[in-house]
Amino acid sequence: MSAIPSAGMPKPATLPKVTEQTLGNGLRVVAARRAGVPLVNVMIRIPTAGKPLSRVRSRMLEGSMMLGTTTRDAVHLAGDLQVLGSELSVHADTDRIVLSGVTLANGLPGFLEITADVALNAAYPSREVVGEKERVRSDLAYMRSRPGAKADEAMSRRLFGDHPYGAPLPADSALDKVSASLLRRLHAERVVPKGATVIIVGDLSPTQLIGEVDEAFAGWRGEPEGSPIRRAKVRTPSGLELVDRPGSVQTVLMLSGPAVPPGHEDEPALALANMIFGGYFSSRLVANIRERNGYTYSPRSQIHQRAAASFLTVQADVATGVTAPALLEMQYELGRIASLPVTDAELDSAKAYLIGTSAIALSTQAGVTAALTRLAAFGLPWTHVRDHGRAVAKVTAAQVRAAASRYLAPTALTAVAVGDAGLVRHDVAAIYPLD
Amino acid sequence: MKTTTSFAIHRELLSNGLRVVVSPDPSAPVVGVAVVYDVGFRSEPQNRTGFAHLFEHLMFQGSEHLGKMEHAQRVNGAGGVLNGSTHPDFTNYYEVLPSTALDLALFLEADRMRAPALDQDCLDNQCAVVKEEINVNVRNAPYGGFPWIALPAVLFDGWATSHDGYGSFEDLEQATVEDCKDFFQHYYAPANAVLVVSGDVEVDEAMRLVHKHFDSIKKRPAPKRPSFAEPVPTTVRHRVHTDPMAPEPALALGYRVPDPIKAKPDYFAAVMLTEILTAGDASRLVERLVLTEQAATSVQGYMGPFGDPFEMRDPTWLTLEVHYPHSTDTTKLIALIDEELVRLAEGGVTEIEIARVRTALDAGWFSRMDQLVERTLQLGQLELIHGRAELVNEIPLLLRAVSAADVQAAAQRLVNSGRALLEWQAGAAQ
Repeated sequence: MSAIPSAGMPKPATLPKVTEQTLGNGLRVVAARRAGVPLVNVMIRIPTAGKPLSRVRSRMLEGSMMLGTTTRDAVHLAGDLQVLGSELSVHADTDRIVLSGVTLANGLPGFLEITADVALNAAYPSREVVGEKERVRSDLAYMRSRPGAKADEAMSRRLFGDHPYGAPLPADSALDKVSASLLRRLHAERVVPKGATVIIVGDLSPTQLIGEVDEAFAGWRGEPEGSPIRRAKVRTPSGLELVDRPGSVQTVLMLSGPAVPPGHEDEPALALANMIFGGYFSSRLVANIRERNGYTYSPRSQIHQRAAASFLTVQADVATGVTAPALLEMQYELGRIASLPVTDAELDSAKAYLIGTSAIALSTQAGVTAALTRLAAFGLPWTHVRDHGRAVAKVTAAQVRAAASRYLAPTALTAVAVGDAGLVRHDVAAIYPLD
Repeated sequence: MKTTTSFAIHRELLSNGLRVVVSPDPSAPVVGVAVVYDVGFRSEPQNRTGFAHLFEHLMFQGSEHLGKMEHAQRVNGAGGVLNGSTHPDFTNYYEVLPSTALDLALFLEADRMRAPALDQDCLDNQCAVVKEEINVNVRNAPYGGFPWIALPAVLFDGWATSHDGYGSFEDLEQATVEDCKDFFQHYYAPANAVLVVSGDVEVDEAMRLVHKHFDSIKKRPAPKRPSFAEPVPTTVRHRVHTDPMAPEPALALGYRVPDPIKAKPDYFAAVMLTEILTAGDASRLVERLVLTEQAATSVQGYMGPFGDPFEMRDPTWLTLEVHYPHSTDTTKLIALIDEELVRLAEGGVTEIEIARVRTALDAGWFSRMDQLVERTLQLGQLELIHGRAELVNEIPLLLRAVSAADVQAAAQRLVNSGRALLEWQAGAAQ
């Protein structure tokens, strides 16, 4: 018993057959069938990136939209959803407002009626909005006390400056300016069907699914003030911004720089370069600063693709006492992947992982719904999943190196550290220029 | 519309005592493999807090035929994901991969069940990693360990349930390779584990591969599991803690609940009670505390330290976790909570109320069981803890069988029992 069984290259993911239709009010409906569990998943994506919403406004919209409609208060809304075995939640950021939910299949008509009630008739009752404001205030206080969120705040400002992406943690003074009447106006302007997409995946025929959406949302009207999305420039000022957090037993190290959106010609090679560098457990970053050196628990490198910009972030939360050595190793691994070709074994492993995990993700209704929403968000055809898998399979080590030298080189990234400055400043400054 | 799921369950027992559960589901070309060992942090030695979790890390550090990072590399390189976790009553290990990798997955699990590497370098390295895990999740984070570490310390007297399962740095540093070898010998016998194979598999082929890889692991006795039972408190155990990183206060209440295995109907009633009290905006405590009184920012209720009601043996508990702003008086907040609990205990719940909570629970369960990772792990822990993997299909039915009267009785038991009351004060500068 000595031969380790081989696994072969995983088969690429396949989406179920997608059917789409644009309704009279401009609402685009995208439907697919996935059997297995008696559920239906729904996502309604309303783009806002053409006229980006500030973080504080999107956060307040998100938290207040389900506080009541013209006919249901928050408690009735919640109760009516439960009766159908449904969940519905609202998520909003600079780029989009999403109403997403899941329901027992036999509760679909009722679920869509409630969702439409929220989309068309959200009331933003004054007393409830005041309550939500206080909850958001608490939430912001909590985020400010988390070192990872502090790092994200500093890095966002560094990368994006005055663009709404640059301010993920608004000040309390910005929160004070949001009122129920402002939210009602924002809702009337932004929560409109033209330009929006409904993704619906369930154990029913696509025709049936589209028909249900059409019936529920027939009364929805409105056009956005659209403008094309203005790309946000990703800046990478040289130097490291050290944010003092006295008493921290760890330093959050963060390195970020530009990346590319889905569909870009560099994207498959960059996805693989990032994976090999730090995108999964079997990466160089993990092998070095976690498994060899024990500096950290979950180092990672992730690509973020947003409507107006794409960027990548390398992050490690390391023991205070090894801040400089850890940063040095991160720089070393960046330099190494940017300068030298990766091995065939590393390349094959990363390809298999990307292809295999894509297939795993598409094995559930929720996964199919998320994948279709992402494709809709970036205006990509349904064949993109298959095409992307094929493109990934063909990437060469030379292409990975070209992508790495462009996007993962030490000089391509800017740096932030959040930790006990008194303890770490001197050692960090010896290996990395501070701001 | 189906009334519940009908995941197929096939069960076998190997001659070395390993319990095997195979659950075919051809709907996607992926397989899940999990091993659930009947040892968790309740069982670790008293001078070795955090040992079970540290040992879990070591199980990923190589085995007879595999080098230090090779288990993960082979799973990732086959297009799969993997992880493991340590719980009070068990430790689980899993991978989900394309179906062509089943042979590999079973090889990997058998190799470490048979002979994990367990050497000093890996021990030193993973001790450092675990310390950073504790740092990032507990020591460098506001509300770190609240309430999953802090509340059992108040509610329980027995060391097994009350101690910190993450461990102290001092204890972690004391762990030796000999400790690891003893722990492995004692607790990682095949007879002390359940192996799950689920997803795109056929029973015959899956069992052929299971026999191929696991038959050669020699039988050794499973350890006798001690009872961790202790009396239910009759008084309020009040503790106050100041968290220097927390910007706002919080409160955790802990109540003992019936035995999930021996008193299933009463336990399921307590599960329903938790949902009625805290699930969503229409629930008793969220509506009253968050929406009506605006006295709390959030209210959550769940079983055990991690919220999975079916992962614990007795003794276990219900947690009510409330976060609130400085402007709320803590004593008034506790009084509001008590008012709602008593109102339910005295007035009961309506049929409409319980019907909608039942439906919501069903949908939530179906949604979770659609995820192969979740389903694979649940099959293993339901077989291990409850002796019945079929519960994966039966739990919705058992929850539906809980009546309004059952919920009211559960509320009455709660209100008439002692409890732990943990005040978490905000120490961060405003």
